[in-house]
Amino acid sequence: MPSKTHVQTTINGEQVDFLCEPRQSLLECLRDIVGLTGSKEGCNDGNCGACTVMFDGRIVTSCLVLGVEAEGKEITTIEGIASPAGLHPIQQAFLEDAALQCGICTPGFIVAAKALLDQEPDPSEQRIRGWLANNLCRCTGYDKIVRAVQHAATSMQETRA
Amino acid sequence: MTTTEYEPNIVLSTTEYDVVGTRPIRPDGADKVTGRALYGADVNPTGLIHGKILRSPHAHARIKSIDTSKAEAHPGVLAVVTAEDLPGTKLGGTVDYGEGKQDLAYLRGNVMAGDKVLYAGHAVAGVAAANPHVAEEALGLIEVEYELLPPVLKAPDSMGGGAPVLLEHLRTEELGERTDRAGNIATHFRHTLGDLEEGFKDADVVVEREFNTQTVHQGYIEPQNVTALWNNDGRLHIWTSSQGPFEVRGAVASALDIPVSQVKVTPMEIGGGFGGKFPLYHDPIAALLSKKSGHPVKIVMTRKEVFEGTGPTPGSNMKIKMGATSNGKITAAHAYLAFEAGAFPGSPVGAAAMCVFAPYDISNAVIDGYDVLVNKPKSAAYRAPGATQAAFAAETVVDELAGKLGIDPIEFRLMNAAKEGARRADGVVHPRIGLVETLVALRDHPHWKAPLEGPNRGRGVAVGYWVNGSGPSACTISVNADGTINLTEGSADIGGTRASVSMQAAEVLGIRAEDVRPTVTDTDNIGYTSGTGGSSVTFKTGRTAHDAAQNVKEQMIARAATIWEISPDTVELDKGVFHSRTDPELKMTFSELAEQLNDTGGPIMGRSAFSPTGVGAAYAGCIADVEVDPDTGKVDVLRFTIAQDAGKAIHPSYVEGQMQGGAVQGIGWGLNEEYFYNTAGELTNGSFLDYRMPTSLDLPMIDTVIVEVPNPGHPFGVRGVGEVNIVPPPPALANAIHAAVGVRMYQLPMNPAAVMEALRQQK
Repeated sequence: MPSKTHVQTTINGEQVDFLCEPRQSLLECLRDIVGLTGSKEGCNDGNCGACTVMFDGRIVTSCLVLGVEAEGKEITTIEGIASPAGLHPIQQAFLEDAALQCGICTPGFIVAAKALLDQEPDPSEQRIRGWLANNLCRCTGYDKIVRAVQHAATSMQETRA
Repeated sequence: MTTTEYEPNIVLSTTEYDVVGTRPIRPDGADKVTGRALYGADVNPTGLIHGKILRSPHAHARIKSIDTSKAEAHPGVLAVVTAEDLPGTKLGGTVDYGEGKQDLAYLRGNVMAGDKVLYAGHAVAGVAAANPHVAEEALGLIEVEYELLPPVLKAPDSMGGGAPVLLEHLRTEELGERTDRAGNIATHFRHTLGDLEEGFKDADVVVEREFNTQTVHQGYIEPQNVTALWNNDGRLHIWTSSQGPFEVRGAVASALDIPVSQVKVTPMEIGGGFGGKFPLYHDPIAALLSKKSGHPVKIVMTRKEVFEGTGPTPGSNMKIKMGATSNGKITAAHAYLAFEAGAFPGSPVGAAAMCVFAPYDISNAVIDGYDVLVNKPKSAAYRAPGATQAAFAAETVVDELAGKLGIDPIEFRLMNAAKEGARRADGVVHPRIGLVETLVALRDHPHWKAPLEGPNRGRGVAVGYWVNGSGPSACTISVNADGTINLTEGSADIGGTRASVSMQAAEVLGIRAEDVRPTVTDTDNIGYTSGTGGSSVTFKTGRTAHDAAQNVKEQMIARAATIWEISPDTVELDKGVFHSRTDPELKMTFSELAEQLNDTGGPIMGRSAFSPTGVGAAYAGCIADVEVDPDTGKVDVLRFTIAQDAGKAIHPSYVEGQMQGGAVQGIGWGLNEEYFYNTAGELTNGSFLDYRMPTSLDLPMIDTVIVEVPNPGHPFGVRGVGEVNIVPPPPALANAIHAAVGVRMYQLPMNPAAVMEALRQQK
């Protein structure tokens, strides 16, 4: 078996060290080595978005990033979105608006939606649809997801005001 | 794309309750928005190793030899299995795996190929190794010698003489009788009602068309997965995300020839199924690898394996002939339905036959159904299996009839709508159904009356029917000292059924939905519960939850009577308060009584376990506005409204979600999705990129109307809501395309190439 590389990175604000093979994806490292199974594998080729994480301030599909590339980077996964004080407004909106059914795509949608609302507090419906087109959902038809993101945008603006 | 104004979602409620019909947050919600919910691939028992499956690259070939010695010698490999490791079997015994029965020989033959591979993607061997990469390396070291055979990929090609035969021992079942005819037609059946010839004589207008649809996939985002531990005590523990944990237990036990009591299945959270997560695939392989290696073995399919190695829903060749009088009465209908079963018998053509003319009261009808083998994966259920293909054909012909007669398409459907007492062509008499109410809801919706201006734009309408299902179910409830209850059920929760089941128990006991803690448990800890399919869970497990709550209520009333030293006949539970009918001073809330249980005789548990009857069938209809690009053939959906009879919506948000999700799957099926095979029978678009399901950017909002015509067979009037919504979108889109550009579409998908070809032929 190939020798392993030591990777030091920051995940959800905490320093994490792990050993991985060069061929292992960041998704595989998060799930199988670090034990953060909230990011999901739906396709392993970057087309479903279920493994979406924040990677040094931009969203990536973690199945298309190698684990060794995480060295020195700041990563936020679905496990880092809520705080001890409670759920993030996007998570709360997803619950109140029934924006999930099976829930397998939900972590990716929430991470992607947070990235959008962090930089654009009041996106149009079309902007939301365009931004989330990288994330596949087969259960909801997207209607309630788009509405939940609109709802979260409103509650986040109210919190800021 | 144009974004229109949206109508608010509508609920046409007929009966109000305290909990039923409200929209509480789902009990499993927090886990699912924080990444804490554990799905099948998240299982990690101690000592876990990983399995991979070697699959046939050929659509049809004889296996001359398999040499696994190099793979077994590869460093890190712990076990290798082939079909030789499965128990041998002869044709004859059947296995119920949920949404269908299958011959045990075929079940095992699909798990791993024996002497022949029957489709590209057919499993041939399994390898377990320390990690998935090593297992994958080892797959490349297995040497399989194939003798290639010609494949056959379409039902019409497969039915004729001279087609390559898939299963040498198969004999056609013809009108209920086994024949000695070899070939690829597994079954031909016929339903007859009235006198078809006389019916067509009475018709002033007759339309006859031929339709073809392609193989499509359910497209759940979570790939199939299994973790198996064959323990040293002989017990086999399976963790999997399946629609039917008990069906998995039964099928695994049958495939491995061990008693069901030796198998425990723990249902993990499931990332979508839509019918596709019933059949058995790699579970016995993981079990055999575990037995050989002594480790728990996890297998997670790649997306390519999901497309190639699991059951999609079949392509079809259909001919529909319908006749009507000049004043709009449908007098006769004939359907010819040939469905691709895939590599083994068992397409949903039987269900298609139940549904094809079910929206209409037709006195004279004949339906011929054919189940046909082709060199594609064994087909599986997909949301109202068979009904969507059938409705695409029948509803296109109905629309053409209405057009020829100059009758509004909703009025034409209303004039012929099936009502209580009407007979389906397959003999079943409709109980109380809500088709008329659903059509009226569409007719009265602002969308139907809204102007649609601009070139190349059109509006279409269609309806669909689904039978819905039930089955054995079990539920237990225990009362907590703080007045909450724990509810245990065996129904895998794919889309919010913990909520819809819990709410029915809460309604009975007069407590809040939030006071119910539901658990979906494993096969060791609840009575047999048939799988999450046929839109059955809110009906059947809702019913056992209702009855278990009634059982709790009776015991609580008895306990209150004991404490008060009065007769239980005089105690009532009303909105969560126990009170005496004879002494107004005697009152206790549910939680006040719950707190006293341990000191007044002990804990209280309720239970219910049976097979609820009284299933209510479902109708849905939709209105679609499209714009066709005449230069590219691309169809954009401008606006979409769906109405559906829910009987009673327990949690309206999740009913709307089913309607919207089903509608969008129907839109994807209608406009774009298909398995694309080359002539060698290799799937050439086995990825999400190339299969191309709808994204958020392809769609408008999906406006909903929940119609409530209560099902008399359920205490709250529930009909199943999960499936029928996928049925009407493809024909509604076809009818909208006709309204937009004047061409009729007789094939799915109606992708740009198909629409351009239709426009070219029009010129």
